[in-house]
Amino acid sequence: MGAYFVRRSALMLITLFGISVVIFVMLRLVPGNVTDIIFDSAGFVNEAQKKNIERELGLDKPITTQYVKWIGGLATGDLGFAYVSEKPAIDEILPRIPVTAKLAVLSLTFSIVLGVPLGVISAVRQNTTLDYVLRVISLSGLSLPSFWLGLLILMAFVHFTGWIPIYKSTPNEFWKEIALLSIPAAAVGFRSSALIMRLTRSSMLEVLRQDYIRTARAKGASDTVVNYEHGLRNAMLPVVTIVGVEAAFLIGGLIVTETVFNIPGVARFLVEAIRWRDYPIVQNLVMLIAVVVVVVNFVVDLTYVALDPRIKYES
Amino acid sequence: MTLGLALPAAAQTAGGTLRTYNTSNPPSASIHEEATVSVVMPFAAVYNNLMMYDAVKPKNSLETIVPELAESWAWDASRTRLTVKLRRGVKWHDGKPFTSKDVQCTWDKLLGKHPDAFRKNPRAIWWNNVKEVTLNGDFEATFVLGRPQPSLPALMASNLSPVYPCHVSTKDMRTNPIGTGPFKFVSFDSNSAIKLVKNTEYWKPGRPYLDGITYTIIGNRSTRMLAFAANEFDMTFVADVTPPMVADVLARSPKAVCETVPSNVSSNLLVNRDKPPFNDPKLRRAMQLALDRKAMNDILSQGKSAVSGPMLAPPAGVWGLSKEALAALPGYAGTPAERVAAARKIMSDLGYGPSKRLKIKVSTRDFQAYKDPAVLLVDQLNQIYFDAELEIVETSVWYGRAARKDYTVAFNLSGAGVDDPDVVLVEGYTCNSERNYTNYCNAQVDKLIVEQSQESDFAKRKLIVGQIEKILDEDAARPIILHGVGATCWHPQLKGLVLHQNSIYNSWRFEDIWLAK
Repeated sequence: MGAYFVRRSALMLITLFGISVVIFVMLRLVPGNVTDIIFDSAGFVNEAQKKNIERELGLDKPITTQYVKWIGGLATGDLGFAYVSEKPAIDEILPRIPVTAKLAVLSLTFSIVLGVPLGVISAVRQNTTLDYVLRVISLSGLSLPSFWLGLLILMAFVHFTGWIPIYKSTPNEFWKEIALLSIPAAAVGFRSSALIMRLTRSSMLEVLRQDYIRTARAKGASDTVVNYEHGLRNAMLPVVTIVGVEAAFLIGGLIVTETVFNIPGVARFLVEAIRWRDYPIVQNLVMLIAVVVVVVNFVVDLTYVALDPRIKYES
Repeated sequence: MTLGLALPAAAQTAGGTLRTYNTSNPPSASIHEEATVSVVMPFAAVYNNLMMYDAVKPKNSLETIVPELAESWAWDASRTRLTVKLRRGVKWHDGKPFTSKDVQCTWDKLLGKHPDAFRKNPRAIWWNNVKEVTLNGDFEATFVLGRPQPSLPALMASNLSPVYPCHVSTKDMRTNPIGTGPFKFVSFDSNSAIKLVKNTEYWKPGRPYLDGITYTIIGNRSTRMLAFAANEFDMTFVADVTPPMVADVLARSPKAVCETVPSNVSSNLLVNRDKPPFNDPKLRRAMQLALDRKAMNDILSQGKSAVSGPMLAPPAGVWGLSKEALAALPGYAGTPAERVAAARKIMSDLGYGPSKRLKIKVSTRDFQAYKDPAVLLVDQLNQIYFDAELEIVETSVWYGRAARKDYTVAFNLSGAGVDDPDVVLVEGYTCNSERNYTNYCNAQVDKLIVEQSQESDFAKRKLIVGQIEKILDEDAARPIILHGVGATCWHPQLKGLVLHQNSIYNSWRFEDIWLAK
């Protein structure tokens, strides 16, 4: 297992290096840089002033010099300065991470807590009215765009309660913040829960047809033991995989939700930074997201071992 | 204008924090280095100008200018020296005293003479006629001009022309602005919120009434409107409510007041006069005649936008041509159908027709406010034997391309910081202006622009401006399509707000408004 850790760690570093090169190059391929945006907001272009700003920001240096400077800084914890706000990039990024992390965890929790049990119920009650209803609900979850659902939720709250669950400033209490974030989390998590529900259902159906399930029933095991201890545990492997994938793609779903619910999180900030070509923010945020995705996938791989003792990662 | 219910007069009450929002993240807090209202509206309350447009008078003009940091001002006999006598006892928010040196510093930066230069200087052209600012002690400054310019105070009075402190760097003013205004800067969290707090040592006694102002930055319009309906905000951002949305806002908040006023942001047609066949004035005339302003107005703003030349027409504007005078201009005469028929005749004479169309791309910026009218423009051009298609240009490269004339035909929006020909005509139509995207250059027009700028008699000046507008129309120089309108709404607890009719940039000191308890 130790050798596996070392191998995986090396692979992660190589992956992250590759991502850093890709994001660095892609940003420079996109038309315009921050000076274009800075002048765009003023409705004019002055080439001399533009060149001065580029010089000030180091954008006139060779591309390899810019890359080495960034990566060197990243390795030492110096994320540079945001081009737009002129504040240290770490001061811009750090406060946003907890908000998005809470939102992401809540969304995933919602999707698992809703998706897995409903998937089991749907599988166990296959072809009943309840199964059909749950499948229609899951289909709507997959079909409804989260931004539309988010706006619908906001409209419903305003109409029925006169209150709008948007972020205006960080609530003083932790549980108040969790309560506020649970609404957008539900909007995002609904789609994921639909996917998890359908996958759990199909995986359970396959497992419930296995011989050992029939044996367990023949031995007199209760439905609860058969479905959850024998059935669900073996059905969870593909579900764990999809949860890992969903966690990785969650940032995409959070962009729209953070915009609709006005949450000052990482996702919305990333989109704004891309629009502004704020290279230090974009590059560092993408690397952060890459680290999260890579680590989540690593954790998912380790979970397989916990779920299925036959799986061993050997050197 | 649509006014809400008239409320009985009430005594001003001190206290409370005004809650409003910003539609986008301001690029910085430095008004001099920016041109967008998303910077001016939140940060104008931090500063003072030498003089300002009276906040309680709805129309900006030379007659509504009142003192601020300048207690008085006077021209010399040659009208090339404007001496301002400055208010004493005014302090910057960090406690340092305001003096004439700060005035000199500010204008040195605007003139490009100061070592701590602005990173960008979008209104440098406003001050082209100012040669220097000289000082006579700590409380008197003189603006020395190259030629007479009686309207100089009009430019100084705009919220776009605040006085900056000499002792604070340009860089710091972008992130932590220090002013002398009624509100002090507290914080600006990117994409989150801007907070201002009352300046308890403000030089105007009894002002401001409010304890503070908070702008929550919300990029999504639907979220903003719902939040306003839920009374999360006392007022909307200026002109954020489009005419079709006003009814919806009032349906959700029946007691709200919504006022629709011209924004003095005009939509205009850019034609690259150097690219054949658009160097042919007849072709440009045909394109000008194809503009169906009424259709655009009805579809986009329920008929509420103003039809005008480059200068906003009365009653909202001061300098624009009257309806009758406008109707006599070639670009506006007759009905839309008559103009289209005339345009088709020109195109036929040039060899185009239903089976031989002129293929073009109409470029526009990737913003909704640009794209919607641009779609209509494409259709209108196609009515006169064009085969036009829309090209959406990414916003980061839009002005670069416009400046390089890297377009054939384009749809553009242009905002006027001040309703004055020394701003609108100079920025849009003088030969060397950075914002003259069509490279239109007419020596006669330049001469007339200088002539009107030097004229102190209002009636005579207006005649010259009218002459300029006629020439611009005859030359089809960047035809103006419409002057846009937008509504600003507020809940009844907000009192004392008076919107300006001919600019969205100049009414944001917030020192005269209060929240009723």
